[in-house]
Amino acid sequence: MANFYTDTPQFRHYLDHPLMKRIVELKERNYADKESCDYAPMDFEDAMDSYDKVLEVVGEICGDIIEPNAEAVDQSGPTVSKGRVTYAAATQENLNALNKAELMGMGLSRKYGGLNFPMVPYMISADIVSRADASFQNIWMLQDCGETIYEFADEEQKNRFLPRIVKGETMSMDLTEPDAGSDLQAVMLKASYNQEEDQWYLNGVKRFITNGDADIHLVLARSEEGTKDARGLSMFVYDKKSGGVNVRRIENKMGIKGAPTCELVFKNARAELIGTRRLGLIRYVMSLMNGARLGIMAQSVGLSEAATREAYDYAIERRQFGKAIIEFPPVYEMLANMRAKTDASRTLLYETCRFVDMYKTLEDIARERKLTSGERTEMKYYSRLADAFTPVGKGMSSEYANENAYDAIQVHGGSGYMKDYKCERLYRDARITNIYEGTTQLQVVAAIRHVTTGTYLQRIREYEAMPVTPELEPLKRVLSNMAQMYEKLVELVAAPKEEEYLDFHARRLVESAGHIIAGHLLLQDANKNQELFRRSAEVYIHHGQIEVMKNYHFVTKARIEDMAYYKPGITD
Amino acid sequence: MAFNIIVLAKQVPDTRNVGKDAMKADGTVNRAALAAIFNPEDLNALEQALRIKDQFPGTKITMLTMGPGRAAEILREGLFRGADDGVLLTDRAFAGADTLATSYALSMAVRKIGSYDIIISGRQAIDGDTAQVGPQIAEKLGIPQITYAEDIERVVHGRVRVKRRLEHGVEIVESPLPAVITVNGSAAPCRPRNAKLMLKYKHAKTITERQVEHIDYIDIYNSRPYLNLTEWSVADVDADPVQCGLSGSPTKVKKIENVVFQAKESKRLTDNDADIDELMRELIENHTIG
Repeated sequence: MANFYTDTPQFRHYLDHPLMKRIVELKERNYADKESCDYAPMDFEDAMDSYDKVLEVVGEICGDIIEPNAEAVDQSGPTVSKGRVTYAAATQENLNALNKAELMGMGLSRKYGGLNFPMVPYMISADIVSRADASFQNIWMLQDCGETIYEFADEEQKNRFLPRIVKGETMSMDLTEPDAGSDLQAVMLKASYNQEEDQWYLNGVKRFITNGDADIHLVLARSEEGTKDARGLSMFVYDKKSGGVNVRRIENKMGIKGAPTCELVFKNARAELIGTRRLGLIRYVMSLMNGARLGIMAQSVGLSEAATREAYDYAIERRQFGKAIIEFPPVYEMLANMRAKTDASRTLLYETCRFVDMYKTLEDIARERKLTSGERTEMKYYSRLADAFTPVGKGMSSEYANENAYDAIQVHGGSGYMKDYKCERLYRDARITNIYEGTTQLQVVAAIRHVTTGTYLQRIREYEAMPVTPELEPLKRVLSNMAQMYEKLVELVAAPKEEEYLDFHARRLVESAGHIIAGHLLLQDANKNQELFRRSAEVYIHHGQIEVMKNYHFVTKARIEDMAYYKPGITD
Repeated sequence: MAFNIIVLAKQVPDTRNVGKDAMKADGTVNRAALAAIFNPEDLNALEQALRIKDQFPGTKITMLTMGPGRAAEILREGLFRGADDGVLLTDRAFAGADTLATSYALSMAVRKIGSYDIIISGRQAIDGDTAQVGPQIAEKLGIPQITYAEDIERVVHGRVRVKRRLEHGVEIVESPLPAVITVNGSAAPCRPRNAKLMLKYKHAKTITERQVEHIDYIDIYNSRPYLNLTEWSVADVDADPVQCGLSGSPTKVKKIENVVFQAKESKRLTDNDADIDELMRELIENHTIG
C-alpha cells in the first residue's frame, strides 16, 4: 500500500512552480479541449488537479506493483527465442497495469488519445517509475519516441502510429551500430528505395537497442548511397507487423536487466520515411536525444531517491556499538549528502523540464499559427536554456545516481555487498546512466559552449536577482562567491585560446556552473519551503562550494604545460 | 451478451491501520481517527464485475452504497475503475442500522434499480466482519446466493459458474441468474484507477455534495449528465422507515471488550439441524448469546 507520489512531497512542490501557469495555458491552448473531450481540464486549477490525480495513480502502481516486482524482473529478465523477445513475466505485468490504467502516451495530444501532459508531470511519472524499477522505466519511457513522430512525421503517419502508442504498443529507437556508438554519423544500416513499389527497404545490423523487439521502431539509416557522413542519414519508422527485423541476441548486462538490449538484423524490412531525407541525424536524432536525455535524468533521479531511502532505512534499523548507525557522524554525513545530491538532481530536472515545456509548446503552437514577436523571443530564450541545462543536468544527475548508489552500499556495510539487499541492484542499474544517451564526457562537449558564450553565467545572474528570506542570505552570498570563482575560471581557461586546453578543463567548468545553478535552485526551493529543502540547500551548497574551489585550485595551480603529463605517449 | 451488475460497496474505517486513538473510551469506534477507505473485499468484488464487463462489452455496472454523504467517494472510486453508474443510499433514518436493517434498505434500493443479473459484494466489511449483509439481501430478494467466491469463472445467459474458496479447498458451483455473489479477499485484487476515467469522473457529485461544497464548475452538471450521482432517501426507495436504521435493528450492543482467544482447538459441526440446535443451546448456556 505504498504510494511513490504522495510519499515524496517534493513532487507537489515542483508542480506548484509559478511558471506552471504559463506552461499549462500554452499547452492547453486556453483549455479549448474541454468542449470536445470529457477528460480535458476546465482551467488551470483543474489541470493541476488532474496532474495530481493521475500522478497519484502512477505512484500507487509503482508502489504496489512495479517496485514489488523489481527483484523478480532483475533475476529473470527477458529471453529471446526465434528472433522474438519475451519480457520477464513481472515486466509484462507492469506493462499491463499501466496500459489498463491508460498511462501510455502521457505527453501526446488528446487528438491521438493522449493525456496532453506537460514535461513536468510527465517526468515526475518517469522519476517515480524509475525509483520503482529503473529497467522498467527504460521500456516505459520509450513511448517518448512518439514525440518524434508527432514533430516530424506527416499527418497520415501520425494518425496511424500515435493512437497505437497510446493503446500501449511499445517503441524503440534504433540508432547504435557496432561501429557507430557515440559517433552516429558512421551509421551504415542501408535504406534503399524501390521506385516501382514506392517503398523503402532496410538492410543491416543495429546493436545495443533497448527494447529492440518493440512494436514500433524509429530507425536511423543511410538513405543516400555513397555518403559517409551525417548528411546521408534519414529517419524511418518500422512497424513490427511488416516483418523483416529479427533479434539475433540480447546482451547480458550488468544492470537494468529487465530491459532487453538487442542486436537486430534488418533483412529487407519495409519501412517508411519520417520527414525529409538527410535530416535524420542532423535534426531528428538531435531532438530525439534531447528528450531521451531528459528521460535518463529522470531515471537517475529516481535511482538516487531509491538509493537514499534504502540507505536511510537501513541506517535507522541497523544497530552497532549500542546505537543505530545513523547516529554516527560519518554515516549521517553520507546520508545528508545523498539526500542533498538527490534533491539537487531533482530540482535541476524540473527546471530543465520547465524550459523544455516552454519552448516545445511554443514551437508546437507555431505549427498552428504565427507566433507574436514576444512569443518568438520567449521561445528562443527557453530553447537556449533547455539546450544548456539538458547536458549539465543529465551529466550531474547520472553521476550523482552512481555516487548515491555507491554510498548506499557503503552505509549497508558488508550486507550491502550481498545480493540480498536492494542497494546492490541499484548500484548495477545506476552504472549505465552516465554512459548511455551520451556519456558524461559527451554531455560536457554539448555543454561547454554555454560556458564560453555565457548562457550559464547569465542564468546565474538571474537567480542572483531573485530575493530570499534573511536567514538564507548567507547561503546566497556563498553562491555569489562561487560565481565569482567560476567567472575567473572561465577567463583563465579561455584566455590561451587553445582548444585542447579548453577541452581538458571543460568538465571542471561545466560542473562548476552546475553546482552554482543547482545551489541556486535549492535555495529558491528552500525559500518557498524551508522544512522540505533547507537542509539539502545547506548541505549541497557546502558540497558545491568545495567542488568549485577544488576546480579553481586545479586550474590556477597547474600550468598549461602540465597537460603534457596527461597525454598518452609520455612515459617518463 | 451483456449483463446488468450491481456492486455493493461500503466505506469503512481503515481498521487495518489502527492507532492508539482508534477506540473511544466507551468502546465504540472512533471513526474520526481512522481514514475512510473502500472496504477491501468490495474492491475484489468490483474487479470480478469489471472482468465480466471486459468480457461482455455493454455490460453495465452500477455501484450501490449506503452511508453518510461522504460515502459518495466510494461511487467515484468505482467509476474511476470502470463502473458506469453510482447510487448513494443516504438518509438520517438509515443511521444505526445493523445487518438486518442494512440488508432491508439495500434490497429496497436494488428493487428500485430494477433490472439486474448479478449482485456482487465483498464477503464482509472490515468494520463489522459479519458477512451477513450479502446473504440477507439474497434472501430478501428471493434469489440464490454464492458466498466466498474467489473467481466468477463463467457467465452465460441465465447461469453463472463460480469457484468458492472454502476452509479446506475449493468448490465449483453453478447457479441460475439473477444471484448474489459475495467475494472473498483471496480473489484477484482490483485493478488500479484508470487515468482517463479518473479525469472524466473526478467532478461527479451527489446533489447534496453540490449543495454543501463549493463547486467550481456549475454548468458541467447540465452538459455532462453522467457527473450527477444518484442519491436516494428512505422515501425514494419506498422503504418502511420502521424497518430502517436503529428502529429496524434488533441487534443491541451490550458492551465491547477485547477478547484474547484461550482455546486452541476448534470444533467441527455438520450442517444438520441437531448439531446446530446443540450449538445454540451451548452458546445460550454459556451466555455467549442472550
